[in-house]
Amino acid sequence: MKASAFSYTRASSVTDALDLLALHGDQAKVLSGGQSLMPALNLRLSAPALLVDIGAISELRGISESNGVLKIGALTRHVDILRSPDIAKHAPLLTEAIAYVAHPAIRNKGTIGGSLAHADPASELPACTIGLDAIIVVRGRNGERRIQAADFFTGIYETVLSPEELLVAVEMPVAKSNSAHFFHEYARRKGDYAIVGLAASGILEGDVFADLRLGFFAVGDRPLLAAASKHLTGKPVTASMLADAQAALDAELDPQEDQQASAGMRRYLARQLMARCVATLLGRPELDARPRA
Amino acid sequence: MTNPTPISLTVNGESVSAQVLPRLNLADFLREHLGLTGTHVGCEHGVCGACTVRVNGDIVRACLLLAVQAEDASVETIEGLSDSGEISDLQAAFQNRNALQCGYCTPGMLMAAQDILTHEPQADREQIREHLSGNYCRCTGYHAIVDAVEATARARSGQAR
Repeated sequence: MKASAFSYTRASSVTDALDLLALHGDQAKVLSGGQSLMPALNLRLSAPALLVDIGAISELRGISESNGVLKIGALTRHVDILRSPDIAKHAPLLTEAIAYVAHPAIRNKGTIGGSLAHADPASELPACTIGLDAIIVVRGRNGERRIQAADFFTGIYETVLSPEELLVAVEMPVAKSNSAHFFHEYARRKGDYAIVGLAASGILEGDVFADLRLGFFAVGDRPLLAAASKHLTGKPVTASMLADAQAALDAELDPQEDQQASAGMRRYLARQLMARCVATLLGRPELDARPRA
Repeated sequence: MTNPTPISLTVNGESVSAQVLPRLNLADFLREHLGLTGTHVGCEHGVCGACTVRVNGDIVRACLLLAVQAEDASVETIEGLSDSGEISDLQAAFQNRNALQCGYCTPGMLMAAQDILTHEPQADREQIREHLSGNYCRCTGYHAIVDAVEATARARSGQAR
């Protein structure tokens, strides 16, 4: 299908973009890389009166590190993240996860800010920001808000971002020497949206998780920071601790049923991913023993 | 502002200026305004890869880019790549290996294949498959396409069988 008619304007700066958004409110949509917005327009799931193209605002582009904080500008493309030595060093979870985001031709246009603001519950990057305890930085005409990633996503394609605000950057603590990360997703085809996925980061003290953040995606209406991880921290993980954690995880999930998978299949896969993650991070394959059919 | 908007860009090395509606995507611009119908339109939401073109050297989905976003860009289509001879060996390999039947996906396949051959000339079959994973083919079952790309990679690196 073809998109319905809209007006188009190119913002020259963040201030300019915020003025346009304030003027047009929810009649306007922000166009970043367009890799989620354009499909929605072409399918006429969305029909804004105005597109505000922020693609030329260079201050929103780029990756930097200072004082233990990694900052990624909203317009940074997936391919830039994939190839960035700074990301590989300071947030290797992102380097690994980004290879699962769509396909090369999409990664050449899609941006991290666009992905986060779009807030598809099955997409990888929102779960990564939760797993990495990132801060999402948004700007409005009245100033800046810094929002914990776990508080940012509120539903399917819904966030705390108001129509007058612009997501400008995402910040996260750099990986420590005893940080560990895990990423995996199940999908029918490489590059498709996940059936279920997990973006996790932890702090290992010897063979014990001092901290473990499990960011599940495609398990509900938003990415989930699993509280079940509390069963896995503070002492060496046993099979019964893992079983408790899996049961607690199951109680937290609210998976949808769709043409890809039933809710029950998603629950099963999420529990398996948890075991796989724990076994991988601890180097203890026996914790991921699959039941034999 | 829903009125036609002026754009200027380069397509296959030639300067182009036009008036386009903001909602016009790049694939339709190339096909309808410039008559470059080698860029195919399949799903129109970024899934099938038939509309793959190069913009400023990067492969992108032409259905997911507005023509107005291509202002000042350098666009290369399958017509440009084939006329210049850049992919003549790849095209011959597709023919030799029966890597196309109906041909609908072929321009996008060639674009994506040339992209990996350029950036990862030593790519193995698994990497080739992954790089082409965003391009649907409903005829060939992909095997022959991967054969053709792999054969081209070997030939270009001087290891032709």
